[in-house]
Amino acid sequence: MKTLLIGEYREGKLLDTTYELFGYAGQLGAETALFLVGSESQLPAFGGTLYLADALACGEYNPDLHKQLVLDAVQKENPDQIVFLHSSYGWDLAPRVAASLRIAQISEVIAIQEGGFEVGCCNGKMRRSITPATHRAVITIQAGAFQGVQPGGTPQVVKLTAESTGTMEFLGYEPAEEKGVDLSKAEVIVSAGRGIGKKDNVPVIAALAKALGGELGASRPVVDAEWVAHDHQVGTTGQTVSPKLYVACGISGAIQHLAGMKKSDFIIAINKDKDAPIGEVADVLVVADVMQFVPALTARLAR
Amino acid sequence: MKILVCIKQVPDLESRFKPDAAGVWFSDTDLAFRMNEYDEYAVEQAVRLREQLGDSAELTVLSIGPDRVVEAVKKALAMGCDRAVHVQDTAVHLKDPWQIASIIAAYAGDQGFDLIFTGMQSQDRGSAQVGVSLAEQLGVACATTLVGFEYADGAITAKRELEGGIKGVVKLRTPVLVTCQLGLNTPRYPTLPNIMKAKRKEITAIPVAELLKEEARTTATSFHHPAKKGSGLILEGDVGDLVEKVIGILKEKTSVLR
Ligand SMILES: Cc1cc2nc3c(=O)[nH]c(=O)nc-3n(C[C@H](O)[C@H](O)[C@H](O)COP(=O)(O)OP(=O)(O)OC[C@H]3O[C@@H](n4cnc5c(N)ncnc54)[C@H](O)[C@@H]3O)c2cc1C
Ligand SMILES: Nc1ncnc2c1ncn2[C@@H]1O[C@H](COP(=O)(O)O)[C@@H](O)[C@H]1O
Repeated sequence: MKTLLIGEYREGKLLDTTYELFGYAGQLGAETALFLVGSESQLPAFGGTLYLADALACGEYNPDLHKQLVLDAVQKENPDQIVFLHSSYGWDLAPRVAASLRIAQISEVIAIQEGGFEVGCCNGKMRRSITPATHRAVITIQAGAFQGVQPGGTPQVVKLTAESTGTMEFLGYEPAEEKGVDLSKAEVIVSAGRGIGKKDNVPVIAALAKALGGELGASRPVVDAEWVAHDHQVGTTGQTVSPKLYVACGISGAIQHLAGMKKSDFIIAINKDKDAPIGEVADVLVVADVMQFVPALTARLAR
Repeated sequence: MKILVCIKQVPDLESRFKPDAAGVWFSDTDLAFRMNEYDEYAVEQAVRLREQLGDSAELTVLSIGPDRVVEAVKKALAMGCDRAVHVQDTAVHLKDPWQIASIIAAYAGDQGFDLIFTGMQSQDRGSAQVGVSLAEQLGVACATTLVGFEYADGAITAKRELEGGIKGVVKLRTPVLVTCQLGLNTPRYPTLPNIMKAKRKEITAIPVAELLKEEARTTATSFHHPAKKGSGLILEGDVGDLVEKVIGILKEKTSVLR
């Protein structure tokens, strides 16, 4: 079994998440080569073949061009699997490569199974097993599902170049919004999810946060609906937190939320759905209506 | 200008899921269905563009699925789409993302859409493949995970959401397909007059057999609950008792109640 791993590089830096691909390949027990649109001045700690294109010449995000480069590496390496991270780079590029090669793609793999892969579905609540129908396959792996591994060593570099300029003009990056609240320092975070029902209920959650001496956090829909400001958002596109206590109020536990809070020391979730995926990381799952339980807890703490 | 928006109907995710008879997807019975959340943002953005362009534009909404998906299609019409296509398929859940994209491509192929909107992913399947695959099959430019969209003079300027809240800004010329992320806009609620107006809009039904030309490239072999259930404690019962239990746990297991 031979894999071609597709590494990631952004704003002039090799992204650490690239090493999760080696974690996956290690579990598979596969031979590995790495593909990267990056820089020779930042070689990954890996002793195998590195297919390297220069990000200054090719652009960090130019999917048409990157597709050509990946296809070139595939031809040279002849891998059984082409493995991406399920990230803004991977879910964008992987289907283009799969379409060009006319092969199967399996998205957001969380585990390797006999003859196939396990993937999440229904917002993380359920699982499916999928088998590729083509010999060769494109895989994207879920962020955090495979532990990062640094193989060590210095790669043998095979340089790649491509001609096409692509159909897209990259205008630049826009930095993340300034953080008003630094949740990463909070010892207690009480977060509001869509299950709180409406904006008017946010103060009820904030009152519990106050009673516990902590900060208010939020899931993404609550922020998108402008019930709570963005600097309170926890998750892959918000902040990553690890407080002593995290209380999730009416939050289902989608992978992008879990990624931001699962390292908390102690997690209490309040949810009316006993099967909510937040239960996978919670130390205590309180099955209750959040708007009944939370005010009662706050009142009891005030006693 | 011709605009297409693709929507999927998905179950309410707070439902309890059971495998279907074949054991490869969920059983439909007892589930409530609605429009995929990501697609609501796609419809809203398409309607805004339609409004920006006025009568020179036509906006079609398309959905593949059994008869119940017409409910989601009607919502899109009430939000402001001009006409609809229902690709009738009672076995849509057995098709893989490549086939779904190929069915849409077969429909869109000779229609000359300038702009196509899809969701970034479906909430139930969540492959994040159909949009990009469709763009590849049609040979049009594509940008994914949009949290910003502007159109002027045959080009779009899009903000792609990257990890950690950084955004990548790109410009593309039509024809182009974009996939829409949560928070791109604020989807409108259909008003009663618009719901009434939507009843008169045309919904074209096409049997899937007329559009399906591709074989599946993946096969689902099982649909199941996660094996690794949480090791945590599950507390149920009367709210007063739950509060006392949680206070006890906070005292015993954490240092937050000093
Ligand atoms: C690329 C990408 C990045 C993302 N980044 C983030 C991120 O940074 N942070 C983030 O949070 N999400 C993020 N998301 C969104 C994520 O996938 C989920 O959609 C989101 O986390 C769901 O938020 P929620 O749990 O509040 O809402 P839902 O999933 O709607 O869950 C609501 C929960 O509340 C429960 N509930 C309902 N009513 C009650 C009640 N009365 N009492 C008790 N419980 C109740 C329900 O059972 C349900 O479990 C991202 C998605 C993508 C694709
Ligand atoms: N059955 C369907 N009918 C119409 N559009 C769909 C269908 N399935 C998926 N899509 C579109 O493709 C997007 C991505 O879906 P997926 O690849 O399943 O994550 C969705 O947000 C929809 O816009």
